[in-house]
Amino acid sequence: MANLKVLKNRIASVKSTRKITKAMQMVAAAKLRRAQEAAEMSRPYTERFNAVMAGLASAAGGEGAPRLLAGTGSDNVHLLVVMTAERGLCGGFNGNIAKNAKAHAAELVAAGKTVKIITVGKKGRDAIKRDLESHFIGHVDLTEVKRVGYENAQDIARDVLARFDGEEFDVATIFYAKFVNVVTQIPTAQQIIPFKAPEGAEDEDGTLYDYEPSEEAILADLLPRAVATQIFAALLENGASEQGARMSAMDNATRNAGEMIDKLTIQYNRSRQAVITNELIEIISGAEAL
Amino acid sequence: MADFKFDLVSPERRLAEMDATEVQIPGADGDMTAMADHAPTITTLRPGILAVTHAGGVEEYIVSGGFAEISPTGVSVLAEKAIPKAEITAEQMQKLVDEAHAAHQSAAELGQGVDEADMIRNAMVDVAGLVGA
Repeated sequence: MANLKVLKNRIASVKSTRKITKAMQMVAAAKLRRAQEAAEMSRPYTERFNAVMAGLASAAGGEGAPRLLAGTGSDNVHLLVVMTAERGLCGGFNGNIAKNAKAHAAELVAAGKTVKIITVGKKGRDAIKRDLESHFIGHVDLTEVKRVGYENAQDIARDVLARFDGEEFDVATIFYAKFVNVVTQIPTAQQIIPFKAPEGAEDEDGTLYDYEPSEEAILADLLPRAVATQIFAALLENGASEQGARMSAMDNATRNAGEMIDKLTIQYNRSRQAVITNELIEIISGAEAL
Repeated sequence: MADFKFDLVSPERRLAEMDATEVQIPGADGDMTAMADHAPTITTLRPGILAVTHAGGVEEYIVSGGFAEISPTGVSVLAEKAIPKAEITAEQMQKLVDEAHAAHQSAAELGQGVDEADMIRNAMVDVAGLVGA
């Protein structure tokens, strides 16, 4: 009898777990739609920006180019900006980004470079601090941010640029997950300093522009913005990826809970039947003994 | 007058996309007006008022900085912040001015880009005067 009661409680608890995961999945689906919309809305800006930057960078590269474009002339100190989610329960999302960053850091350390790490998102900080505490130099907290805006990206960019001006590093790379679809998010590393035009951002028509005030002045103005723009794009991709990952993780959890309930219910019915059979045998054998 | 394409985008969304006859741009080196078949130009913006003339009238936007790409067939303005002039509130304007002041202050403390921050601050104050906030 005790066994029956235990089973019954188990079933009830798995059922409420299923309700929770189901709700989380639906919330993630709604948030995913919003995150995707936000990413969609920012695309015209990012695309135009990158096209112009690509044109400018190829025109003004070479001698005397700004340090943000040409680099500091060495690549001994690397800054890794690891962007993850603030919350867990989203499958391998945070783990994959952290793993990618860790592999990258290990490679750089093996090549004799100095590695410094800034994290964005609590989950990434926890994962990085566990293994790479000595490289950790800063954290950006977005816990209070409900909806990632351009200001958040600007704040991060300002921090990164201040460190660059303070000659704290030579090369900066951001780590995030690119959103492909709900089941696929690709952990990505992207170099932001020195500026590198993202692939496919070539100026399509090769028009020769007049620059006002001057190519150099525009470049000096746009390069810091390019850092913010790339960080913003990465934050939005990350936002969509996080919700996508959470949605599929919760979908799996809901399905698993359903299977478990089925299994437990069969077990429960069997045990109950066994108890009934037992009682019958006792009654019958008692009656026969008379 | 020939129409050409105008679009105004900020990092967070596309604010406007329309056919225009004339776009007045607050360039870093002074205002300029772009019309169809303008020579291809890229210019940075100072805080100011962007005025777009189209068949239905004139639209005005407050922009805080960014750049404009002018080609013979269109103008794309990539602004970091842009608000339609009709919708801006006194508080929003004040916030923009305060931000410009703060940026100037921190530039002065660092001793870096002071002239630029000064220019931006003055332009922002001018805009505030024009808006009447």
